[in-house]
Amino acid sequence: MKLTGSVLKYGDHVDTDVIIPARYLNTSERQELAAHCMEDLDRSFVQRVRPGDILVAGQNFGCGSSREHAPIAIQASGISLVIAKSFARIFYRNAINIGLAIVECPEAAADIAEGDIVEADLDSGIIRDLTTGAEYHTAPFPPFVQEIIAHGGLMQSVADGIL
Amino acid sequence: MGMTMTQKILAAHAGRDSVQAGELILASLDLVLGNDITAPVAVKAFAALGQRAVFDREKVVMVMDHFVPNKDIKAAEQCRVCRDFCREQAVTHFYDAGRMGIEHALLPEQGLVTAGDVVIGADSHTCTYGALGAFSTGVGSTDMACGMASGKAWFKVPSAIRIELTGSLRKYVTGKDVILHIIGKTGVDGALYRSVEFTGEGVHTLSVSDRLCMANMVIEAGAKNGIFPVDDVTLAYLRAHHAKAPRVYEADEDAVYDETLTVDLSQIEPTVAFPHLPENAKTFAEIGDIPVDQVVIGSCTNGRLEDLQLAAEIMRGKTCAPGVRVIVIPATQQIYLDAMEQGLLKIFVESGAVVSTPTCGPCLGGYMGILAKGERAVATTNRNFVGRMGHPESEVYLASPAVAAATALTGKIMSPWEVAL
Repeated sequence: MKLTGSVLKYGDHVDTDVIIPARYLNTSERQELAAHCMEDLDRSFVQRVRPGDILVAGQNFGCGSSREHAPIAIQASGISLVIAKSFARIFYRNAINIGLAIVECPEAAADIAEGDIVEADLDSGIIRDLTTGAEYHTAPFPPFVQEIIAHGGLMQSVADGIL
Repeated sequence: MGMTMTQKILAAHAGRDSVQAGELILASLDLVLGNDITAPVAVKAFAALGQRAVFDREKVVMVMDHFVPNKDIKAAEQCRVCRDFCREQAVTHFYDAGRMGIEHALLPEQGLVTAGDVVIGADSHTCTYGALGAFSTGVGSTDMACGMASGKAWFKVPSAIRIELTGSLRKYVTGKDVILHIIGKTGVDGALYRSVEFTGEGVHTLSVSDRLCMANMVIEAGAKNGIFPVDDVTLAYLRAHHAKAPRVYEADEDAVYDETLTVDLSQIEPTVAFPHLPENAKTFAEIGDIPVDQVVIGSCTNGRLEDLQLAAEIMRGKTCAPGVRVIVIPATQQIYLDAMEQGLLKIFVESGAVVSTPTCGPCLGGYMGILAKGERAVATTNRNFVGRMGHPESEVYLASPAVAAATALTGKIMSPWEVAL
C-alpha cells in the first residue's frame, strides 16, 4: 500500500490527553472525536488537516492512557499515516488493531518538515520526502502483525479464527 | 538462557517451556477488564462478530468508575451500554454505582487477581496488579473485545529492566515517592515496550499498598508491565482477600536484564513531579514557594485505605489553608466504609475537605474537581500532562498522600517532614 500526503509535524511525548482530552470521552462517535483531535496541543489542527495528510512526531507518540479514542480521532480526522521516532506501546497496538497505518522511523521523523509532501510504501518500508528528495528505509511489521493487517484488523482475525 | 519472572508467566500461558524477548506469542488470559470509557468501544467491536458469548463470564470484569455516578447524559448512555452487555452475557463481575470502586483498587480488594495470572485491561493502569506477582498490562478496546471473545491476546515477549531495592523507607516517605524518583531517572519512555522487575531485600519492607502504587505507575515510564516477586506479604494479602490459589513464578538466577537500577529506599525523600511530565521529579531542596488552588487525594494510584490513613494522620485536628480546595476520594466502597469506621472521613470533613464517592473523576479531568485557567493542583494521581485535570493552562503536581496533606494545610507545595515530624 502506498500513501502520499502533506505533513503536519509535532514534537516528543505527544500524549493521549492532548490527542483527545478526557472531557470528550463521554462519546465514541468518530466524527465527534475528530472534531476535537489534538485540541489541547494545537487548536488549528482540525482546521488545517486534509484527508490523506501525514502526521509526523518525535519520541513516545501516544503515551498515557489506553483510550482507543486517540487513534480513532486521528484516523477520523483524515490522517492516513503517523510517522514517529517511537510509539508508546498501547497506542502502537491500538493503531494496528483499528487499521491506522503507523511507521516507526527516527531518521524520517527527525528530518521531515511541516508541509513537506511525503510518500510511504508500507509494503517495502520505503519513505520518500518528495519535497527534499530524501529517502528512508524502515523495517516491515513482523509476519504475525502483517497477518492481522491482512485480515483487516484484529476483530476480523478473530472472526476468521486465526486467534 | 534464563527467563525473567514476566517471561516465565507468559511462557506458561502460551503453553511453552520457554520464551525469548522479542518473540510474538499468543497467551491465554485469566481476566479481561474494561471500564465505562473503554468498554463501550469494545462492546461495539464485539458485536461486529455477530451473536456470540464471551469466552468465560467469570473472567470478564467491567467497572463503571471514570464518570460514575454518571456526570452527564452521554456518560449515562455509555454505562447503559456496559450494563446491558453484562446482563445479556451474564457477566458475573459487573460493578456499578454502589458496588463499584476505582478498578485497580477494586480488583485486588475483591480478590479477582492472583499471583501468576495474565490480565489485560482496557485501561493503561492495568499494570497495577504486577504488585501481586501477576503479568498485567493495559491494552485498547479492540484488544479487550478480542480477549472477551477468544480468551487470548497476542504479546511481544518483553525484555526487562531490573530495579534492585535496598533499605527501607523513612517516615512519611511512600511507594509514590519511590516510583516518582525512578521515573525521574528513567524518563517517561525509559522502559518503553519492556518489563520493570522489582527485586532485592527492600521489596519485603514495602506494604502491598506501596507495591500497588509503584506497579501502577510503571506505565509512566513507558513499561509494558511492572512486577514484584511473591513473598509472605503478598501471600498474606491474597489470603486475606480470598483470591484464587497463587501460582508463584520466580526469575531464573541467570535471567538476562537490559539494565539494572539500584534504589536505596532509605535515601528516598518526599518527591514531587512537576508539570507537564511525570519524569520531572524534584525533592524539596529544589522546590521553592509554590502556592496551590486545589489538592486531590485519591485515584487508582493513591486512593487506598493506607493512603487515607497517612493523610489523616497529618491533617488530624488541623484546618486546610484558606483558598485551597481539598478533595478526598476513597477508591472503593469498602475503603469508604473502613475510612468512616476509623474516623478518617470525620478528620477530613472537619479540616474543610470534600469527601467524594469513589470515582476517577478529577484525575483525568472528567469531573469532580476540574481546574480553571491558570490554576494549580497537587494531586496523588498519576499524570500531569497538559490539560490533564482541566484547562490546558492549568498545572498538576504529582505527589504522595503525605505531601498532599501537608500541602492542604499550608496552601503551598510542602514536605510532610516540615509540618508533621
